[in-house]
Amino acid sequence: MTGAATALYDVPGPRTRRRHRLYGVLATVLILALLAWILYLLFDTEQFTYTKWMPFEYKGIQELLLRGLGNSLKAFAMAAVLSLALGGLLATGRLSEHRPVRWSATVVVEFFRAMPVLVMIFFIFVALKVQPLPALVAGLTLYNGSVLAEVFRAGVESVERGQREAAFALGMRKSQVMAYVLVPQAVRAMLPAIISQLVVALKDTSLGYLITYEEFLHAGKLIASNLDYDLPFIPVVMVISPIYIGMCMLLSWFAGWAARREQRSPKTEAVEVAPAEPGTLLPGGGAPTAPRP
Amino acid sequence: MNVLTENFHTYAEGFLGTVQLTVYSSVLALVLGFLMASFRVAPVSSLRVFGTAWVTVLRNTPLTLLFFAVLLGLPRFGLVLPFKVFAVIALGCYTSAFICEALRSGINTVPRGQGEAARSLGMTFGQTLNLVILPQAFRSVIPPIGSTLIALAKNSAIAGAFSVTELLGTYKTLSELGYNVVWTFVWIAVGYLVITLAISALFHLMEREWGVAR
Repeated sequence: MTGAATALYDVPGPRTRRRHRLYGVLATVLILALLAWILYLLFDTEQFTYTKWMPFEYKGIQELLLRGLGNSLKAFAMAAVLSLALGGLLATGRLSEHRPVRWSATVVVEFFRAMPVLVMIFFIFVALKVQPLPALVAGLTLYNGSVLAEVFRAGVESVERGQREAAFALGMRKSQVMAYVLVPQAVRAMLPAIISQLVVALKDTSLGYLITYEEFLHAGKLIASNLDYDLPFIPVVMVISPIYIGMCMLLSWFAGWAARREQRSPKTEAVEVAPAEPGTLLPGGGAPTAPRP
Repeated sequence: MNVLTENFHTYAEGFLGTVQLTVYSSVLALVLGFLMASFRVAPVSSLRVFGTAWVTVLRNTPLTLLFFAVLLGLPRFGLVLPFKVFAVIALGCYTSAFICEALRSGINTVPRGQGEAARSLGMTFGQTLNLVILPQAFRSVIPPIGSTLIALAKNSAIAGAFSVTELLGTYKTLSELGYNVVWTFVWIAVGYLVITLAISALFHLMEREWGVAR
């Protein structure tokens, strides 16, 4: 537990410990009862019958699920690469010394951060009549790219001022200062925030389900609505969600690992790992180090 | 322009739907988030485990999957409620995990000495938390909670795709009526901007009123 949390109460004495143990037992019983009730409901509504779980034994169904998962990951990979590129581009624009460039980049970033990502995906899909996969990837790229641009900018700006000044004093040009001094330090410090944003992108690939992209959830829905297997909706959810949640958890854990590694690394001492300021012009920002909703 | 004026009723209905979803889910998320945050700092370990599991699982669940499971799954248990209620449950539970983390990191920003001083004055756990820690934590959690609620408003668009009346869903009605899709979306975008800007303004006000003096 963290320091402040333990500062909330004294080291418990024997009586308090006994009281806490009582609370602990009560809470455990309550939570277990809740779980048991859910389990009872699952059995009561006959979710564990053979017919409902049978489809997962078939090769075709397994392939369908795997293909869906592959499509999800494909969309994620494309969106991740493209949004990193777009983020880099927009961040360069925002850090530019030319006012028109800076302003236009700011407008783009703030607008796409303030729009729900689903509205953009639907706009591209419905109004521009694009295929589901490019629509999904484009929507995710615009949103995550804008957020990443803010992350990059905050990262570059959080590098200690002396570093920039020293580099300029050595006679480097601005592009050299950026490329050799500021960006390498900023990227190291911002890695956790970048990975956290990729978790958001991974989670949001499931929005493809809503525009009939044949991703993981879509494959699940196909199986779930099959009458031959007695509409195995709950089994499908029970198979799909651990995989989805597991993938995201893995990536989140990786972000946490990177953050812990950063804190120990002497290479990032010049960088205060500060979260980006929430959007000033338009809302939608937040501390990028924390996983975002 | 005439897309808006001729279909003002449809837009207003969708707009109100989004506002309703946002408000109800915010309340649910704040209550649940507060509960989970207090679980996570509680001296009882099983509550801590429960709070941690809640936050870890929900933070890593795609919201679409949660909607899918709640809106289409819960009716299989014989729980039949309007879709709007289900949408509020899904959105509220999902956001509560983020609110919980915001609150918890807010509690962590209060200097350790404050809690120690309160305890050395003989205050109980409840008194320390309610009179000393939380009022100070409240000041520093205003901005993160604001951006979480803005994200909630944006996420409520997913409910529209599950046939709950809200702003994004209006495009279907209007495109069936044959209106220009681009302009339909422009006004939808404006609607979302109005909502997110309103939340942002509200939290800016709160921040000015009670925020940490820097």
